[in-house]
Amino acid sequence: MHEIRFHGRGGQGTVVASILLAKAFFKTGYYVQTFPLFGVERRGAPVESYLRLDKEKILIRSNIYTPDHIVVQDMKLIHSVDVTKGLKPGGSILINSRNLPDNIEPFSGFRLAFVDADHIATSNGLGTRTHPIINTAMIGAFARVLEMPPLDMIAAAIKNDINIKAKQNVSAAHQAHEEVNLYGMVENSIAPEHC
Amino acid sequence: MKHVLEGSHAVSEAVRLAKVQVLSAYPITPQTHIVEALSEYCSDGTMNARFLCVESEHSAMAAVIGASSAGVRTFTATSSQGLALMHELLHWTSAARLPIVMAEVNRALAPGWNIWMDQTDSLAQRDTGWIQLYCEDGQEVFDTTLQAYRLAETVNLPVMVVLDAFFLSHTFEPVDIPGQELVDRFLPPFSPRIALDTSDPFAMGQMAPPNVYMEMRHDIQKAMEQVSDIFAKIEEEFTEIFGRTYGMVEKVFCNDAQVIMVVTGTAASTCRKVISDLRSQGEKVGMLKLKMFRPFPTDLIREHLGHVQKIAVVDRNFSFGASGIFAQEIRAALCNTHNHPPVFGYIAGLGGRDVTPEILSEIYWKTKNSTAPKDESVWVGLLD
Repeated sequence: MHEIRFHGRGGQGTVVASILLAKAFFKTGYYVQTFPLFGVERRGAPVESYLRLDKEKILIRSNIYTPDHIVVQDMKLIHSVDVTKGLKPGGSILINSRNLPDNIEPFSGFRLAFVDADHIATSNGLGTRTHPIINTAMIGAFARVLEMPPLDMIAAAIKNDINIKAKQNVSAAHQAHEEVNLYGMVENSIAPEHC
Repeated sequence: MKHVLEGSHAVSEAVRLAKVQVLSAYPITPQTHIVEALSEYCSDGTMNARFLCVESEHSAMAAVIGASSAGVRTFTATSSQGLALMHELLHWTSAARLPIVMAEVNRALAPGWNIWMDQTDSLAQRDTGWIQLYCEDGQEVFDTTLQAYRLAETVNLPVMVVLDAFFLSHTFEPVDIPGQELVDRFLPPFSPRIALDTSDPFAMGQMAPPNVYMEMRHDIQKAMEQVSDIFAKIEEEFTEIFGRTYGMVEKVFCNDAQVIMVVTGTAASTCRKVISDLRSQGEKVGMLKLKMFRPFPTDLIREHLGHVQKIAVVDRNFSFGASGIFAQEIRAALCNTHNHPPVFGYIAGLGGRDVTPEILSEIYWKTKNSTAPKDESVWVGLLD
């Protein structure tokens, strides 16, 4: 089973991203279960969404505490939210960021990837410079990190669920899939202590 | 065809396919997405139905009481504080023998304000004469909503379809939504036995003095006593058409079990995984999922739990000054049987606190390692 946690802000389509991804995986034959962080949603406030994927029927119906993968839709969240909390050793983390974060030490022991989803969104006419709509770009990039699901399944899920600018959203997912930077495993930079 | 659907919307889809004619709801918190989708269906013509948006849950129930009295199929949905506000009219519905179906999303009562999973709201309505059916996942809540109309309209009693807040109501998963033709085969249009008719006026809900009231109450109980057989027949027909079956209770690994865990709602799903893991470690553990709470399936409880060594009941609810409500009912069902097993009561997952696999296995081990219950209730997962 794969367990995925999405971090974003209210209004960024974080929950929609996990639902679209769930639908894309479902079309490829996976059992899926996705749910938001159970709480009160406010625009701009940190939100979380979760996704489970399995080849068998998913029985467990409790929260996700030790995800295999993390998606961070807003780079600034890493200063206020412990985004790698519970992430399994060797797990992957995808961040919406133009560049490699200055300090990658918090990602030690994890596989890091980053993508400039803000730029991809705005260049596809999705949202504005201050409020880019980046969720479809993020799932396109994530599909590259995980090497699944196939992009045409993501495109189908977007076309089915999103009425406004479906074509641009599909294009953003494709572009992000192409442009995501797979940095890879972040080695532990702290020198081991000698006895 | 299977769709990835939110639990709330699984209910909405069933209500749409049941061709409900009048719906009423109060649309503010603690309301859920159930009526949001239905109000859209009513306004865009997907459903040929009237949606009455009212100023309180009390009025929502009053509105469907009126519509149901006039002989049409009705629906409403609520949660927690909203259900509590309906209380007076819940008694009215069953005593007027109206086959109203309501989705009740289990949410905690305030204060402190909490919109999360907790069963005390629906269980506090246990004496109102409503049939109560607790559901485990999106498919079950869809199927049960359809079955609820058949059941309600056969026994002339209202049915509450109960689902966990968030763990079911806000969780998306694959749900098979059949076509209208298949649903029509299972659920024919409502043909009321009595209905208000302006061309042939009569009065309902009149004064019932001591010479008739008690018989009227006895009739409600007689109807309740028929539910078990009727529900079994309805499920048989349902299975024939849709290929799925649930039962009023479901036993899992019970035959040679020494400890049986009694679980309801989504915790039953998690518990399936927990007991299958414990079984692979050689533990003789089983699970009894309780779906029907009213009428209480006393005979089935005695049959499946009467001879086990120990029973562990998981209650996501509490009756202050007493104990967990499911545990009370199971103790009551067993007390007149010979040599019945001890009932260990556990309180877990109140107000949205997660019932994790770890909590459920802790409950199993606590039960296995105790000879007799020390207290009526053991609270698990409390923070220091």
